[in-house]
Amino acid sequence: MSALHPTSRDFKANVRKAMADETLQKGLATAKLGFRNRRAAAVARLPEFDSLRDEARDIKNHVLAHLDLYLEAFEKRVTEQGGHVHWARDAAEARDAVLAICRAAGARTVTKGKSMISEEIALNDFLQDNGIEPVETDLGEYIIQLRHEPPSHIIAPAFHVMKEQVSDIFHATHTQFDPERRLDDARQILDEARAVLRDRFLAADVGITGANFLIAETGSTVIVTNEGNGDLTQTLPRVHVVLASLEKVVPTLEDATTILRVLARSATGQEFSSYTTFSTGPRRGEDLDGPEEFHVVLLDNGRSKMVGTEMQDVLRCIRCGACMNHCPVFGVIGGHAYGWVYPGPIGAVLSPSLIGIGEAGHLPNASTFCGRCEEVCPMRIPLPKLMRHLREREYEARLSPAAVRWGLGAWAFLAKRPALYRLATRIPMRLLGALGRRRGRFGSLPLAGGWTASRDLPAPQGPTFQDLWQRRGGRREASR
Amino acid sequence: MTRDSRDSVLGALRGAVRRDGDDAAARQAVESRLQRHPRGTVPARCDRDREVLAGLFVEQATAVDATVARVTGPADVPAAVADYLKAGNLPSTVRMAPDEALDSYPWGRVPTLEIERGRARPEDAATVTGAFAAVAETGTLMLASGPDSPTTLNFLPEAHIVVLHKDRLVGAYEEAWDRLRATGRMPRAVNLVTGPSRTADIEQTLQLGIHGPRRLHIVLVEGDSTAAESDG
Repeated sequence: MSALHPTSRDFKANVRKAMADETLQKGLATAKLGFRNRRAAAVARLPEFDSLRDEARDIKNHVLAHLDLYLEAFEKRVTEQGGHVHWARDAAEARDAVLAICRAAGARTVTKGKSMISEEIALNDFLQDNGIEPVETDLGEYIIQLRHEPPSHIIAPAFHVMKEQVSDIFHATHTQFDPERRLDDARQILDEARAVLRDRFLAADVGITGANFLIAETGSTVIVTNEGNGDLTQTLPRVHVVLASLEKVVPTLEDATTILRVLARSATGQEFSSYTTFSTGPRRGEDLDGPEEFHVVLLDNGRSKMVGTEMQDVLRCIRCGACMNHCPVFGVIGGHAYGWVYPGPIGAVLSPSLIGIGEAGHLPNASTFCGRCEEVCPMRIPLPKLMRHLREREYEARLSPAAVRWGLGAWAFLAKRPALYRLATRIPMRLLGALGRRRGRFGSLPLAGGWTASRDLPAPQGPTFQDLWQRRGGRREASR
Repeated sequence: MTRDSRDSVLGALRGAVRRDGDDAAARQAVESRLQRHPRGTVPARCDRDREVLAGLFVEQATAVDATVARVTGPADVPAAVADYLKAGNLPSTVRMAPDEALDSYPWGRVPTLEIERGRARPEDAATVTGAFAAVAETGTLMLASGPDSPTTLNFLPEAHIVVLHKDRLVGAYEEAWDRLRATGRMPRAVNLVTGPSRTADIEQTLQLGIHGPRRLHIVLVEGDSTAAESDG
């Protein structure tokens, strides 16, 4: 998979592969527990957490209702500070804008901070094809770049890679060092990455980062990192390019602050990330360091079409990854199975909007609607509701498989005719109950192979729920 | 291209937000919010007197693996820096921000300490800077760039030493933003630094010191601050 060639259509095959991948399963087991426990602990330490979530949601809703005006205000401030804003309707325009900046700077290598927009527009392959070497500097991103893989998680892009695999790829890539050296523990790996990437930071002509926020009040862009790679990326080279999608803008420093209070807690369970940096324009007169040029590439790529529709709520997302950390489906299949840049529940609602229902229509179906994602979303995005909406759109567009459409049609026919429904459930239940009376369960059953392949189906123990309900006169039993 | 794209994106957004002719009111709402920059909920933990805040700051900063030395006055700062270097087996040469506020400490009292001024060099083991503010809420330093406070000092060295005067301490981020607004202009870079560099990218196990400083040491200066005050 790459951003240019999604494999979301092959979701079912991707899932089978992921579930058979023992390394991935090990990584998922660790990730799930760690992320969930740390978030819960951080939330417990901040009594105001839930009211901050409400406020964070309201800030973004206000912005989305005035998005054109806040973007104009942001652009004006950036320009006043000596920076440049480049508007891009789609991925191709954004790539071209970045390439033009790199060409003008005579760039040969660019260092990169972690950016999902860069993944979305498949920037690395494009720069490479145009003779410019992109170097990912977030440790996780660097590892997967060496392995020619996409990220498998929004904030832990290489969580599916084991230490031994990192050691192998470092030995294969960093041929300047003694091939016999040991890279057995994380410290040795970190030291080597620090040394190798330090040279790349110092040599780069252009630094490209993403943005967690754009601030209309000041024309600042904001990045949130733990490693400090984003800051070296944007401070050392002569040119700094920020990649951001439209919905990243917030009105003021205070608004960014409110959302920052829920971001790290939801993502890693930290109270605050190590480095939160506000960048405002290029280096000033007497400054001793900082980039001489400051560019912001503002990407639409389908987002303006979501504004004002039932999908608008997705645009509140701040990419913390809490939804995937708490998702039982993601917890079993990991990120790559989703087949495009954004995995997990947020990917299931964002990908169909950005690359089309035809391409990513499977994803919203991969949910039990258990609702955990919505429970933990710091921006209170109603993810199950949006998935349900996308399922309806898929059905309406006649993209669902024939068996699903036929099945839903048959069910709808029955559901609208209660007498027939009762009859149609009573007869099979009695039959199954009689057949399974001796063992109490079925090891295999025609038409239920998908269920019985991995577990038994319990035999019905008596009348249907509706019959029981009627026998009770449609009332609850008096409790206690 | 970018002019067409701008008009096209903004046009699409204007169509989508459907304000139905009430554009003036919307513009007014946006301008007013930018002017007033209203605060959201500020956690109750930030609302204490300075002495309690100092305790909270130290607790929060050390919880994220920074180290803190509290000294009673400006006269003790040079020795605190030298002690830290010695204890950490660091070279006795530091790169210090060309910040006048740092000149007021009696560095001459520690003759072993070699001080170079300016932006960070790749080979610098330790740097010394001041801080624009510090936020007790999460043990966060606010470092503002300027001619006397180059950003590279905060990210390039192995160890970053920050001399923090207690009157720079505030409870919540919002108070620090207000102090920053009072200076008249948003600095080119504002770094909110909370502990040293870290990563959990290798098997989700936390490790300190990947790209930024491996160690962050804060010298918190008590007592009368006038000797070491600057206009910020």
